[in-house]
Amino acid sequence: MHAKLAISEIVEQLKTSFSDHVDEVVEFRGDTTVVVKAEGLIDVLTQLRHGDGMKFNLLSDLSAIDYYPNEPRFHVIYTLFSIAYNQGLRIKALTGDDNPHLPTVTSIWPSADYAEREVFDLFGVVFDGHPDPRRILMPHDWTGHPLRKDYPLGYEEVQFSFNYERVQSQKPHPKE
Amino acid sequence: MEINAATTGIDSDKQTVELALDELKGRVSDRAFSGDTLLLNMGPQHPSTHGVLRLLLELDGETIVSCEPDIGFLHTGIEKNMEAKTYEKALVMTDRIDYLNTQGNNFVYSLAIEKLVELDVPLRAQYIRVLVAELQRVASHLVWLATHVLDMGATSMMLYCFRDREIILDLLEMISGQRMMGSYCRPGGVWRDLPDEFIPAVRDFLKTQPRRLDDYQRLLDKNPLWIDRTQGIGTLTPDQAVALNLSGPIMRGSGINFDLRKAQPYSAYDHFDFDVPTGDHGDVYDRYIVRMQEMRESLKIIKQALDNLPEGPFRSDNRKFVPPPRAELGQSMEAVIHHFKLWTEGFKAPAGEVYVRVESPRGELGVLLAGDGGPKPYRVHFRTPSFYAIQAMKYMAPGHLVADLVGIIGSTDFVLGDCDR
Repeated sequence: MHAKLAISEIVEQLKTSFSDHVDEVVEFRGDTTVVVKAEGLIDVLTQLRHGDGMKFNLLSDLSAIDYYPNEPRFHVIYTLFSIAYNQGLRIKALTGDDNPHLPTVTSIWPSADYAEREVFDLFGVVFDGHPDPRRILMPHDWTGHPLRKDYPLGYEEVQFSFNYERVQSQKPHPKE
Repeated sequence: MEINAATTGIDSDKQTVELALDELKGRVSDRAFSGDTLLLNMGPQHPSTHGVLRLLLELDGETIVSCEPDIGFLHTGIEKNMEAKTYEKALVMTDRIDYLNTQGNNFVYSLAIEKLVELDVPLRAQYIRVLVAELQRVASHLVWLATHVLDMGATSMMLYCFRDREIILDLLEMISGQRMMGSYCRPGGVWRDLPDEFIPAVRDFLKTQPRRLDDYQRLLDKNPLWIDRTQGIGTLTPDQAVALNLSGPIMRGSGINFDLRKAQPYSAYDHFDFDVPTGDHGDVYDRYIVRMQEMRESLKIIKQALDNLPEGPFRSDNRKFVPPPRAELGQSMEAVIHHFKLWTEGFKAPAGEVYVRVESPRGELGVLLAGDGGPKPYRVHFRTPSFYAIQAMKYMAPGHLVADLVGIIGSTDFVLGDCDR
């Protein structure tokens, strides 16, 4: 087994080997996040999964945050963890515009299957090459992606005496 | 009433039928289209699916050829709803995610907030949290044992385990006022200090429970039917367990010694002495042994927490994040202001993203929390162990009999509320 590389050493290695792809390194509350360009995402993640002294064998979590109206609006976050070296690292890939898409990582971590389906379902980020790109949590005929910031939360209008008739007429009721 | 394709799903309308078949392509083998194998829906209203889970099974006789889980029936949009509430008000929604580990969900969400706003928690509160989390773990494992064994046909075990769980629910009611949805762990500590009658009641529980666990294990281990139906069923190799991102008892059942309480100690877990049980074969039986052993370790932790419970405050005295005690409100204008600010506007958290992971009864429970400088979470994501456990069903089920599938479902111990959020 190779000696463990500290997170700072891993980040330095990434910066030198993938100087074109690593955009930024963010330190916040003791955690390190590396922002990677979509083109280099697969190369960087493959290196992190198999590289000596890295071996991030768990993709603990894959999720996204919608920073609408900033562009690129979707920040897809890959939370990695290495059981052997007992340390974690976050990788972030940005995508946006009308057609948000990123390459799938199911070939590196098979567990990304459901997680990528969830991000597609709730944010509308398409993962190119995903083996089963369907919705997962919402009904299959749903329109829109609920966790986007421009998707309203929705509410039910309160029925008072002044608007009783109007609200009543909009309530769903069983059809004849 | 007119019956049509939309209500029944069965119709002479050819287009509908073709669409449904198209949907199945690639998900079941080609033999299903020629009628060689049988497609069967297990669930969403099946008592052994432990909630509303639909499994699309392809059967060759009684042998499962493929198993495709269909989830989302319990999706309630908790993550979206939390974005519309202040940090503290959103806390009550976390109970509803995994309804067998309610206090554990409050716990991890509070840890995430504390990391985001850099709030310190007094040692006594950390111990109380560990105590509550371990009680909840035992309660959750008791429900797992009850339902898992009930599915395999042993009814009396269900009654025993629910009897024991009731004691734990009474204990949780003592501290939080609620049997299940306690919201007891709050950012900065816990809601109230432990009541006087709580510690003797827990000690009583500790006296009886270990012996009962031994009894249950003897009842099962000496039952040849139980052994036949669990050993060698639903096997996962260590490599598979890692590739499928499983965690908790499932991963440890496959022989990987990985427990976040040991690997990444949080909230005073490094003060406790306990073992991490692991299995060898990764089958249903090993997962059962691991969980039984875990309950005993949890009881050990609870005992240590009671013995070494430090004195001191039970929540932080940082008034910007934690409300003042009620008694102060009559004497201090500052306290009134803080109270008012916290319960109307809430506290503000800086912009940034944090990820916190804890060991829930089912495995790694993680929270990704993003703040934007305002009083409401910008994004909360729960990485739930059940979500990944259900994904693994696809790989565990094929080759086994339908009757064994029920055992595999029980051994993964997922909660659909946890999976669908």
